[in-house]
Amino acid sequence: MVARAASEIEPGMVVNLGIGLPTKVIDHLPGDFPVCLHTENGLSGIGPTLPPDRADRNLIDAGGAYVSTVPGSAFFDSAVSFALVRSGRLDLTMLGAFEVSQSGDLANWKIPGKFSPGAGGGIELAQKARRVVVLTTHTDREGNPKLKEACVLPVTARRCVSRIFTELAVVDVTPEGFALRERAEGVSVAEIADATAAPLTVPAGEIPTF
Amino acid sequence: MRLPDKTTTLKEAIAGIADGATVMVGGFGVPGTPFTLIHELVRQGQRGLTVIKNDANEAGMGIDHLLANGQVARLITTHLGLNAHAIALMNAGEIEVEFCAQGILAERIRAGGAGLGAILTDIAADTELAAQKQRVEIDGKSYVVENALRADAALIHANSADPFGNLDYVATARNFNPLMAMAATRVIAEAERVVPLGALAADDVHTPGPFVDCVVELGELSKEYAVVRR
Repeated sequence: MVARAASEIEPGMVVNLGIGLPTKVIDHLPGDFPVCLHTENGLSGIGPTLPPDRADRNLIDAGGAYVSTVPGSAFFDSAVSFALVRSGRLDLTMLGAFEVSQSGDLANWKIPGKFSPGAGGGIELAQKARRVVVLTTHTDREGNPKLKEACVLPVTARRCVSRIFTELAVVDVTPEGFALRERAEGVSVAEIADATAAPLTVPAGEIPTF
Repeated sequence: MRLPDKTTTLKEAIAGIADGATVMVGGFGVPGTPFTLIHELVRQGQRGLTVIKNDANEAGMGIDHLLANGQVARLITTHLGLNAHAIALMNAGEIEVEFCAQGILAERIRAGGAGLGAILTDIAADTELAAQKQRVEIDGKSYVVENALRADAALIHANSADPFGNLDYVATARNFNPLMAMAATRVIAEAERVVPLGALAADDVHTPGPFVDCVVELGELSKEYAVVRR
C-alpha cells in the first residue's frame, strides 16, 4: 500500500508527507528521483533521515525526525513555509485520516473527549495542497469503516481528498462518490464494499490489483 | 557612529517580564527553543502568563517546565501531540488552550509584528476553530478575521547575535523566531555566540537589530539543546 502510494509522486513535484505512515512513502522512491520534499517547520529539499549519532540538533522535520538536506535545499521561517502551501506551490500532500466522506471531507485532527492535540499544519495542507491523498487503514481499531457517507468527527477540511490508499484498496473520490480503482492482491470487491460505509462504484471488468 | 550595545545578563533580561504577561516563545520542537531563557522565567516565577508557542515541547522539556510550575494560565498553540502532560492539564481545565492553524499562527504573529490589526483567510473556515470568528466578504468571497498577535515579551533563540541585536538562525531552528522577534514590546534573544559588530554581514542578518531589546550570550549549552534520543 505504501509502495503503491509512492507511485502517486510524479517527477518535478513539491510534496509534503504527513506524520506517520505517509513519511514511509519516501523509502519506496529511487534515490535519484527528481522531487522536492517540503516540511512545515521550514525546509524544502528534505534529505535522508539520520541516526542520533549523525543527527544535526537543529535539523528536524515536522514530526521531529532528524533529517538532512540535499544539494539545493532551502531553510525558511514558518510564515514562508505556509505561504508556499497556501499559494498553490505544494503539488501533493499525503495525510492520515480518521474519516473520509464520499464528498472528500477529511477528519484527522480531533476525536472529541479522546484525542485533541491540535491540528498543527494539517488544516492548511488539506485545504490548500493541489492534490490531497490519504493513506490509512480501511477500518479503525474496532473495525468501523473510515470511508463514510459523511464525517461524524470534526472536519479538518471539506471536499479536499482526491484518492485514498488503504491496505485493501485504492479508492477515488469522484463527483458521484467513492469509486474503486484497485484492490489489494487476494482481497475481493465484496470485502472492500463491506468495509466501506458508503456506496462504492465498481467499474465493469477486472479490477487491477496491487 | 557606533550602534548601541544591548547585551545584558540572563537575570535582568527576564526580570522585565511581569505577572500576567503575554510571552511568545520561539521554537518548533527542540530546534529554536530558548531553553535557557525559559529556565530563568521558571526560576523567577512570574505567574498568570499567556504563552504563545507553536507546540508545548515534550514533557519535562522547555515550556513544559512553565506548565509544571503553574505559571501558565493560557496557551495559544498549534499542536500538543508530543506532550501528554500539556494535554492532561488542558483536559483538567488547569490551562486554557487556544488552537490555531500553524501557518495562521505564524501570519497572526507576523501581522502583529508589522503593526497590522488582523489578517483575512479562508483557512479553517469550515472547522470548529473558526466557528466563533468574525467573517467579512471581499469580492464575493467569505473570509475569517484572524486577529493579529502581539506580546509583552518574546523569547528568541538565535545562532549568533551581535551586541546591537542583529540575529541569525540556523537550519530548522528558524521557524517562529524571526516572526516573534518583531511582535513583542520586549524582545529578548539568547544567542549561542555573540560576535563583534560587523562580524554578522549585513546581508546575512535574519532579524534586524532595531527589533531586539536584550541580547544574552549562552555559555555551554545544556543537554536540553541536544539531539533527543527516542
